[in-house]
Amino acid sequence: MTRKQRRGVLIGSGVAILSLASLLVMFAFRESIVFFHTPSDVVEKKIESGQRFRLGGLVADGSVKRGQGTTVQFAVTDTLANVNVSYTGILPDLFREGQGVVTEGKLGPDGLFVADMVLAKHDENYMPPEVAKALEEKGVKLGSSAHPDSAPGNGPATRP
Amino acid sequence: MIAEIGHFTLILALVVATIQMIVPMWGAHTRDARLMTMGDNAAVAQFVLLSVSFLALMHAFVTSDFSVINVAENSHSEKPLIYRMSGVWGNHEGSMLLWVLILGLFGAAVSIFGRNLPTTLKANVLGVQAAIGVAFLLFILLTSNPFARIDPAPFEGQGLNPILQDPALAFHPPFLYAGYVGFSMAFSFAIAALIEGRIDAAWARWVRPWTLAAWMCLTIGIAMGSWWAYYELGWGGWWFWDPVENASFMPWLAGTALLHSALVMEKRDALKVWTILLAILTFSLSLMGAFLVRSGVLTSVHAFAVDPDRGIVILSIMMFFTGGGLALFAWRAGALRQGGLFAPISREGSLVFNNVLLSVSCATVLVGTLYPLALEGITGEKISVGPPFFNMTFVPLMLPLLFAMPFGPLLAWKRGDARAVAQRLAFAAGLAVLFTIAVAAMSGPGPWLAPLCGALGLFVIFGAITDLLTRARFGDVSRGEFLRRVGNLPRSAYGAALAHAGIGVMVLGIVGTSAYRTEKIIALKPGERAEVAGYELLFKGIVPSKGPNYSEQIATFEVSRNAALVTTLLPSKRLYNAPPQPTTEAGIYAAWTGDLYIALGDQQPSGAVAMRLYFHPLVRLIWIGAVIMFIGGMISLTDRRLRVGAPQRARSRPSVVPAE
Repeated sequence: MTRKQRRGVLIGSGVAILSLASLLVMFAFRESIVFFHTPSDVVEKKIESGQRFRLGGLVADGSVKRGQGTTVQFAVTDTLANVNVSYTGILPDLFREGQGVVTEGKLGPDGLFVADMVLAKHDENYMPPEVAKALEEKGVKLGSSAHPDSAPGNGPATRP
Repeated sequence: MIAEIGHFTLILALVVATIQMIVPMWGAHTRDARLMTMGDNAAVAQFVLLSVSFLALMHAFVTSDFSVINVAENSHSEKPLIYRMSGVWGNHEGSMLLWVLILGLFGAAVSIFGRNLPTTLKANVLGVQAAIGVAFLLFILLTSNPFARIDPAPFEGQGLNPILQDPALAFHPPFLYAGYVGFSMAFSFAIAALIEGRIDAAWARWVRPWTLAAWMCLTIGIAMGSWWAYYELGWGGWWFWDPVENASFMPWLAGTALLHSALVMEKRDALKVWTILLAILTFSLSLMGAFLVRSGVLTSVHAFAVDPDRGIVILSIMMFFTGGGLALFAWRAGALRQGGLFAPISREGSLVFNNVLLSVSCATVLVGTLYPLALEGITGEKISVGPPFFNMTFVPLMLPLLFAMPFGPLLAWKRGDARAVAQRLAFAAGLAVLFTIAVAAMSGPGPWLAPLCGALGLFVIFGAITDLLTRARFGDVSRGEFLRRVGNLPRSAYGAALAHAGIGVMVLGIVGTSAYRTEKIIALKPGERAEVAGYELLFKGIVPSKGPNYSEQIATFEVSRNAALVTTLLPSKRLYNAPPQPTTEAGIYAAWTGDLYIALGDQQPSGAVAMRLYFHPLVRLIWIGAVIMFIGGMISLTDRRLRVGAPQRARSRPSVVPAE
């Protein structure tokens, strides 16, 4: 093989692998991306049931109901709208009423959001950034003054 | 007072770094030997000053000097000593100080061990290294001073986040930073080579040990983080494809590619331009990791305190070094003489294949990590890219790499004989397939990909052994001669084989726990039983207890198998005093075949306790594999030819085929 041919083989296989990877990436994006919505998005945009997405906001005060076994029901709110969520499993240590939370799952036909994942950062003063930003956009004033001396959050989170 | 000394030495270190940035490079430019040697002394002085500064901060943490804001915000007098010490790098400011300390350490190491480096190369390397130091020292002093005081000093500190109070996490950051920052050496050498417009095999011999050392530290650092997440976060996962994890994984992938391409450059004088580019990119990815973790641009559960201003400064630092490095590369790379012809089927060819796959997979991780950010910037839509994306893109790219791994070391340089190598590997492959069929038959139906990946893992392990046996001419020579040859194999051969086998071991662990995990979420009342993967668990009840800085609720489980008591597990839920925060401590029993894992949830009004029960088959192999890789790296580093500071070409090599 000449130098040119050898280089051709190298470049050819490189390009082949790169295009394979691009195809994989495009395919994976179509299949696996999950959108983030707030409760008012869910109401306004009329999200279809059965579509997987992330729902974020605050755990509404007084909404947490522990049922039999390990199923928990609670409402996620951005103070403008509420969405009821049902989750079977162990909640993160810092799951509490009034705390920021991100859940992932699907909306049922009855409007109940069935989550299979609940995220809360492992820090008591933490607000998931999407939640904070979304709430800010909705004009919700965050009670950050409640923790005037709060340490900045710098710890990892628990997951379900 | 001691904090002020720390602050002062930090400023002095900046001054020294500035001198080190300018003078030796000017000396290299004007060929003034005296100016060039100044870099040596400056590098050592800078390191000493940074050490004093670091020790001063450590002193403040150990003595709980709450008049220092950083200590007040991140420490507590009740904390055990080890966590007061690790608290130094458990926060943004202190961890940046650790970062520059390690940067200084590497600079000093060049000056001390680099006696026989060409003087101009050394001067330029030290100059570039100092430039990175100047940027980060300015960043610390201007935006994140760890020594800032508070008046009046609070009576007590706010404490370290309890889940960071853990032995694995205490040492996770130093290793991780040693990895990140270690790649700065490769970067500095690459920039120095571009400045000089000259690069040869000696350059690669110099860069390789540093890259290897950094790579080892990064490997073990990532593994520690994963191990910690596994037992501390309480739900048994070991890798989440979280943006912050990806931030550490991308430099690892690029660094692994760099290790291999530098090998081609050292042995065959080929792939020069590519190696230089990889060196620049690897360190750029490290910088990007720092940016992602500290700026708050990405939604991550691990990120440091969100501060956009600091983010912008780090972004500028990253842009400067990455952009500057790439610009210099574009301008000068053409001047580098290319050499070393090779056929596609050859050791070089296999290493190129390794490089292509590693860098492409690194690119897919990069896309997955940054895409949500880009999309939100452009359309305002918020999305998350989770494990499914990475499983669909990263895993398919790794499979051919694993398959090719045993072939690479067996192929000859320049032109290899694929058929002969395949014959040599036939036994290893057959063994792997047999094992897999046996295991698959025993464990029953599972996902089809799992046995395939398991077989690949075994193939990689057996392939590594085949490689060593072939080098020692197993079967071709008498037993005595074979043993003699085994003893005489270069340590780098053992190191490489071990590192490869480590990957195989890790793959087995990943396959075992991903495909064959048992998970149960149930609520039990005291006296009730549950069954997981053949283990019978009796929940005896919960009793309160007190630790040094927390109170806890400890549950007792009697674990038995086939009616024989195996062990007693004590998972607990802790509530720390400062900051008042609950954590979950998993109860783990490590059997040979896997881990039995219990994590507690909430107590219900009925008296039952929600809990998660897992059986993770082979999960420990993931971290054992990482440790094997680390040990492989260590053995390689002790090789005479790789020894730091001994960049002469090896004299005659033992007549082992194929020559390493």
